[in-house]
Amino acid sequence: MTILHLLFGRLSVEALPFWEMLHYPSRQNVVNGAIATAAGAVVLGGAGLAVLLITRYRKWRVLWSDWLTSVDHKRIGIMYIVLAFVMLARGLIEANIMRGQMAFALDGGFLSADHFEQFFTTHGTIMIFFMAMPFLTGLINFVMPLQIGARDVAFPVMNSISLGLTAAGAALVMISLDIGKFSTGGWSGYPPYTESAFNPGVGVDYWIWAVSLSSLGSMMTGINFAVTIYKKRAPGMRFMRMPLFTWTALATSILMIFAMPALTVATGLLALDRYLGFHFFTDHFGGNFMNYVNLFWVFGHPEVYILILPAFGVYSEVFSTFSGKTLYGYTSLVLATMAIGVLSFTVWLHHFFTMGQSADINAVFGIATMLIGVPTGVKVYDWLWTMFRGRVRFTVPLVYGLAFSMLFVIGGLTGILLANPSIDYQVHNTQFLIAHFHNMLVPGTLFGLLAGYHMWFPKAFGFRLDERWGMFSALCFIFGFILAFFPLYGLGLLGYPRRTLDFFDPVYLPYMVAAFAGALVILAGLAGLVVQLLVSILHKEELAVPAGDPWDGRSLEWGLPAPPPEYNFSMLPEVSSRDAFTRAKEEGTAYRAPAQFHDIEMPKNSAMGMIVCVGGFLAAFGLVWYIWWLVVAASLAMAAAMVGWGFTRHTERIIPAHEVELAHLRWLAVVAVTQPVSRGEEASPSNAGLAVLETGE
Amino acid sequence: MSAATPLQHPGINLGPAHPETEGKSGELLFGFWVFLMSDAIIFGLLFATYAVMLHARAGGPGPARLYDIKSAFIETAALLSSSFTYGMASLALKYGRRPGPLLCWLLATMCLGGLFLRLEVQDFITMLHQGAGPGRSGYLSAFFALVPLHGLHVTSGIIWMLAIIGQIARYGVDREVKLGLLRLGLFWHFLDIVWVVIFSFIYLGGLA
Repeated sequence: MTILHLLFGRLSVEALPFWEMLHYPSRQNVVNGAIATAAGAVVLGGAGLAVLLITRYRKWRVLWSDWLTSVDHKRIGIMYIVLAFVMLARGLIEANIMRGQMAFALDGGFLSADHFEQFFTTHGTIMIFFMAMPFLTGLINFVMPLQIGARDVAFPVMNSISLGLTAAGAALVMISLDIGKFSTGGWSGYPPYTESAFNPGVGVDYWIWAVSLSSLGSMMTGINFAVTIYKKRAPGMRFMRMPLFTWTALATSILMIFAMPALTVATGLLALDRYLGFHFFTDHFGGNFMNYVNLFWVFGHPEVYILILPAFGVYSEVFSTFSGKTLYGYTSLVLATMAIGVLSFTVWLHHFFTMGQSADINAVFGIATMLIGVPTGVKVYDWLWTMFRGRVRFTVPLVYGLAFSMLFVIGGLTGILLANPSIDYQVHNTQFLIAHFHNMLVPGTLFGLLAGYHMWFPKAFGFRLDERWGMFSALCFIFGFILAFFPLYGLGLLGYPRRTLDFFDPVYLPYMVAAFAGALVILAGLAGLVVQLLVSILHKEELAVPAGDPWDGRSLEWGLPAPPPEYNFSMLPEVSSRDAFTRAKEEGTAYRAPAQFHDIEMPKNSAMGMIVCVGGFLAAFGLVWYIWWLVVAASLAMAAAMVGWGFTRHTERIIPAHEVELAHLRWLAVVAVTQPVSRGEEASPSNAGLAVLETGE
Repeated sequence: MSAATPLQHPGINLGPAHPETEGKSGELLFGFWVFLMSDAIIFGLLFATYAVMLHARAGGPGPARLYDIKSAFIETAALLSSSFTYGMASLALKYGRRPGPLLCWLLATMCLGGLFLRLEVQDFITMLHQGAGPGRSGYLSAFFALVPLHGLHVTSGIIWMLAIIGQIARYGVDREVKLGLLRLGLFWHFLDIVWVVIFSFIYLGGLA
């Protein structure tokens, strides 16, 4: 054991992405090494550029005290979504490289098998754990407390710690581009392939710790959201008066609380196998990998609904708001949401119909799976009826919603096909499956989250997003999706397996080329989002909506200034019905000053989130590379910080009543001089966030 | 508990004599109950894993050769008694005027918890000496994931207790200390329940 080994574990210069290419310069090594090196350079360059810009504009203090240590749910939500967009960019670029490989894969292609495997592993891991999860967590963080009339979540510091854990996991996935390699075992990491006997390198360890950190963060997020919704609703905000987005947030949090531990157990036991020589999934000495498969999908299937339910919530708000109508079938939507939540725990076995159960068991799980289609179908009808005879405006969120309502039904139907075990036997592990779950998660989750981003962006930043670029981007995403994934149904039926590097039968080629074209169109959609953000920032004066209600909104958050003050509500609202803000506008009680202002107690900033983020990252990095002193040091530092945190007192500060009053009156003055706009002028510069009262449904 | 004040949360409520905890305890304690539910899932899945792997011994030793019922029984007695002493600590917190009795009961709880850990570690060492470590078979892997995890929970409970005693030394029995003790109480009794399941299901079941 040399001193280098003690200091750096198994980390050496060979971990650099260009090492192999320099030492074994075959054509394939050079191509793959160049791609890996470029990716590593982008990560380092991006981080370096960020550091440079922050230093250049002297923003470190602002970044630290207004953002990183902030426990304000709105800022934490925004940081989550920023993280999600960064990871979305990486995930989409990886998707394009994979589709590029497939388009040229007749008799070869340019990627090595190992590199291709890393691509589909990181793509899946990132899109699930570091794009969709942070995105929906961020959206719920921002919107839900505002919708229920709360000043913050129940545990603001824990909220910051959750973000820290998720960010640490994401950083681990990113650093694997520069140092070492990521797992080649797919996003589900099935043993025995991921056991150390077959996979002794660092890749699987990167995957284990990245996923474990984020699952811990998500479990805490679930607790936080659920307690917030149960305990912190404004007076009169009964359960059946909550906006539907809040309902879906509740269902998702409950799923997080119960499903995340299963993932923690699965990855934890796999880590015990790899690090300490346990025999859970090794397939000898009594190990049995089917245990892993069950544990993973006991988490994995509820996870699918963790991802989709908040999007259902967004669509409910979108269809109702942009149709100018109260939500059709509110009660049935609530019941359907909760029914899906319960059923989601009863279907996990359909992920492995072909792995050796009896036909009877498969039948039970197949029927349970088809049952989930029922409440989901109810929802789609409710959304359609919400638009019926409404004042429908084809804004970006509604366009996403319309695309969703058609594409999601198609994806759902292919799901019903797959739920039939005998059909599943024919198409499992083919591109048909890939098409199916992208068909659910792209129009479902991703479009929903993007619709939510467009809808609530003005609330968060005080100005709307450019509508034209938004539409360009939406159409790219929608038609790019169709072009990229519908061919995969055909490929699957032709028997093309998933995760397969190349092929020798030219019959697959046209489908592959079409799918690549679709992926490029989707990438254009992402570029559209970037341009849209830049254009909107340039024109933020004419897009400004300081009065706070650009879409004639219906729930409480739209009755606040944009952006809302730190404490959200000058006085906690009294709620007497659904669509509380619409009701207030109709009764003329919106935009009033409360009779008396009070001091407001808000939590102080806390560095705990950042300590856990950095400590968690370092501990995990040490575990990956066997740098044991780093693991011990980082763990002790985190434990000490936890104990020290218990010794802090006076964690609240008071915002004096006169400050609240001043801010409130200033906003009312803005509202007073704002010209109300009708829904026809919604997208025009004259929309400054005050809606003309348009009566009738 | 007077009839006039409704329960803020399940479990012991400090009641109107501790007005500073009003309004805070409801959310915190409810949140901690939810966390325990999540933790219970982890234990539940490990129990299930154990049950599935009970016979996956790969020719290695089984429960009859490995478990020492006497030791497990003393451990059980120590842990159950520590739940009793923690209950007394909670009562001292609720009704006591000075921190003395509270500290005594907490110390007694820690001693019993320490005794439990001491015996449990001895059990593990004996098993390792017999060549029955976690790498021997799937069954022993499952055992060594489940039972020591409970032991780790007890360890962190004792560290938590030490931290709270430190807080009492620094600040007296203030609001944060009270809220901490209420949550630690839930945690401690939860670990007791998990142990009861471990004792009956793993030790008694294994030796039956």
